[in-house]
Amino acid sequence: MGLSNSIPLSQVKTGEMFQINKIQLEGPLKRRLLDLGFIPGAVVEVLQKSPLGDPVAYRVSNTTIALRKEESLLITGSLIRSEAHE
Amino acid sequence: MSNFRIALAGNPNTGKSTLFNLLTGLRQHTGNWPGKTVIHAEGALDYKEKHYTLIDLPGTYSLYSNSADEEVARDHIIFERPDVTIVVLDATALERNMNLALQVLEMTSQVIVCINLIDEAKKKGIEINERKLARKLGVPVVKISARNKTGINELLETLDQMADGKIATNPIQVTYSNDIEEKIAQLEPLVQRAVGDAFPARWVALRLLDGDKSFLNALKKRQNGVQKEVAVHGYSACH
Amino acid sequence: MDTQHATSIEQLFGYSQTLTDQDVREEIVSSIYQTTHSICKDVVHYSNKEKLQRSEKLDKILTSPIWGFPIMLAMLAVVIYLTIAGANIPSDAIANFFNWIEGYLTAGFKAIHAPEWLYGILVLGFYRGTAWVVSVMLPPMAIFFPVFALLENFGYLPRVAFNMDRLFKKSGAHGKQSLTMAMGFGCNAAAIMSTRIIESPRERMLAILTNNFVPCNGRWPTLILLSSLFMAASFTGGMKTFITALVVVLMVVFGIIVTLTVSWVLSKTALKGIPTHYTLELPPYRKPKIINTIVRATLDKSLYVLKRAVIVAAPAGVLTWVLANLYIGDTSILMYVVHFLDPFAKAIGLDGFILMAFILGLPANEVVLPTLLMGYLATGALTEVDNMSELSHIFTSHGWTWLTALNMMLFSLLHYPCGTTLINIYKETKSVKWTFVAFILPTSLAIIVTFLVNQIVRGLGLV
Repeated sequence: MGLSNSIPLSQVKTGEMFQINKIQLEGPLKRRLLDLGFIPGAVVEVLQKSPLGDPVAYRVSNTTIALRKEESLLITGSLIRSEAHE
Repeated sequence: MSNFRIALAGNPNTGKSTLFNLLTGLRQHTGNWPGKTVIHAEGALDYKEKHYTLIDLPGTYSLYSNSADEEVARDHIIFERPDVTIVVLDATALERNMNLALQVLEMTSQVIVCINLIDEAKKKGIEINERKLARKLGVPVVKISARNKTGINELLETLDQMADGKIATNPIQVTYSNDIEEKIAQLEPLVQRAVGDAFPARWVALRLLDGDKSFLNALKKRQNGVQKEVAVHGYSACH
Repeated sequence: MDTQHATSIEQLFGYSQTLTDQDVREEIVSSIYQTTHSICKDVVHYSNKEKLQRSEKLDKILTSPIWGFPIMLAMLAVVIYLTIAGANIPSDAIANFFNWIEGYLTAGFKAIHAPEWLYGILVLGFYRGTAWVVSVMLPPMAIFFPVFALLENFGYLPRVAFNMDRLFKKSGAHGKQSLTMAMGFGCNAAAIMSTRIIESPRERMLAILTNNFVPCNGRWPTLILLSSLFMAASFTGGMKTFITALVVVLMVVFGIIVTLTVSWVLSKTALKGIPTHYTLELPPYRKPKIINTIVRATLDKSLYVLKRAVIVAAPAGVLTWVLANLYIGDTSILMYVVHFLDPFAKAIGLDGFILMAFILGLPANEVVLPTLLMGYLATGALTEVDNMSELSHIFTSHGWTWLTALNMMLFSLLHYPCGTTLINIYKETKSVKWTFVAFILPTSLAIIVTFLVNQIVRGLGLV
């Protein structure tokens, strides 16, 4: 998985796996995301959109965390083939 | 009867307040949603000739001062220096939860790691080898279910022994990148000279490297307070 | 840097900052995560991956695009339906019990030839005020809160926040506001404290100012009683309960719409700004300890209601009795107040008695209904309420229609927060100005809405 095909988390579809490469956020929100396990290298699974489309629930570090689009747009990385994982 | 101060730390929604209520008998409703403990609660517990004051710290994901709650929890552990800190972890999300335990272990060695919701974990087919975990973390680990009231005796027994100083701990230290470790090594002796032995130097050095202004301010406030107190008593710390 | 002498921590801080220019935090947290990850790999064993995903499967339904909102509404409706259906019987039983006791009290006072005023203050004021609050408030609250606590302990509330987030974001408010609103169902005063979970001061203020638009413990019974007496009057049996519940649900939904609208307007005006970013954890669903939760929530709530009844309802009962029985000339003070308030109250579809009850109910919403009844009884032909169904006669004999009931429900839903809540708002905001806003904003809204409803309904000739 090259860095060239880096996409934001917000574009990842439900059910797909994603590996974080960079968190292009600053300040307290970035620190909060780090604390929740959104760290470079972490694998995130897209679980579920809320009824109105935003926010979206993600599984990270065995917990479920919902993020708004404003945030997931700034977390970039690459898709992982579901076969490749596990 | 000797009095011991016990702090309860943990992520939001780990059943920390359920444990607190169980131990202190305080009636306080606990729901299943993050951030429920907004008001810092204190309660009392007597066990085996010892009197304990329990402090239920706000549930936080971290102690790196991203929020007021985290500052309260951090300041309590670092400045009030509870005799024992019980870190409550959710057995069903141990990985995320354990970060907080590692952070607490950098601040104090008087720690009991308490894995709660063990019944939920069992239902989900999660098995945790607590002996192995205790060896790795270097502090006692107790598995409990606060809502089913299992493991509570063992927790109290461990607490009793730790209060008596009968448990030697050897907390795990997170190893950072070479670059950061070098800087910690450089700062540590300076920190010791600046703030004395009252605070864990390695942890303070990390906070300095991290540029944690909130901690700096809390520390300065504390030092000023202490100096004033000393001055009133007629001793001068400067000479 | 001079490393030979002790330096102040502040100098050291400055020095440390020169050592590094990268994102140290990211490195620190990453290292911690790596450590936990390697520890967990060794000590945690997952034997059944399937079971791990139970919460997610449930979320697929409970927060689905199609079912998310209908299920949310249905849950609210079921909770309210159970409350109404279950509360009828105990309400009557408790009222009968209190009447039975009152008979003995009256006989006792007569036997010792107690003066009329003492009997009035103690039995007709103190005792009745307390008894009514208990019989009207206790049964619904002793059912509503255990059921609500089950949902809460199950883990449904964060899903509500998840479902509703978009709406709150659109109105410039914080997604966690739905959690503080859920607290408001229990008690607005406690909910004001719970707004601390919202860190941004702007959004926290929005949550504080609008919390009152969810009905609390002291207002649920008013809504339920009026809905059942007037909105569902022409129905019987299960249908009656259903219509009563439907009207109450609509009231709650209206309160939520008002919350969102007011938040939106404030975000564009006095509290300008865009919503701050946030993260919401959806903890796994947990099967609540059913018996435990029910017993505890029922006990807690019953004790709470009884305590409130004695602390606030008793004095209000005494005060009302005194006002109704102190005469200046041949008119009681109560009637002076009622006559004074009447023209304004009539314009918003209420009457002087109702408005007076709301004013005397400032310390606590629980006393509004009992005070109102006491006011009516002091003047009307009827002087005793033997059971709940006689209540509607008292109201209708004072000229009530469904419109009066609707306006009283709306006023109750929208008007100023109770005294305890206002005190908490002051404590939390430390601002007289914002506390005043928290008082005047809902009050103005309550007056405007009831005025419009009254004028429109009458204008259309519907009453």
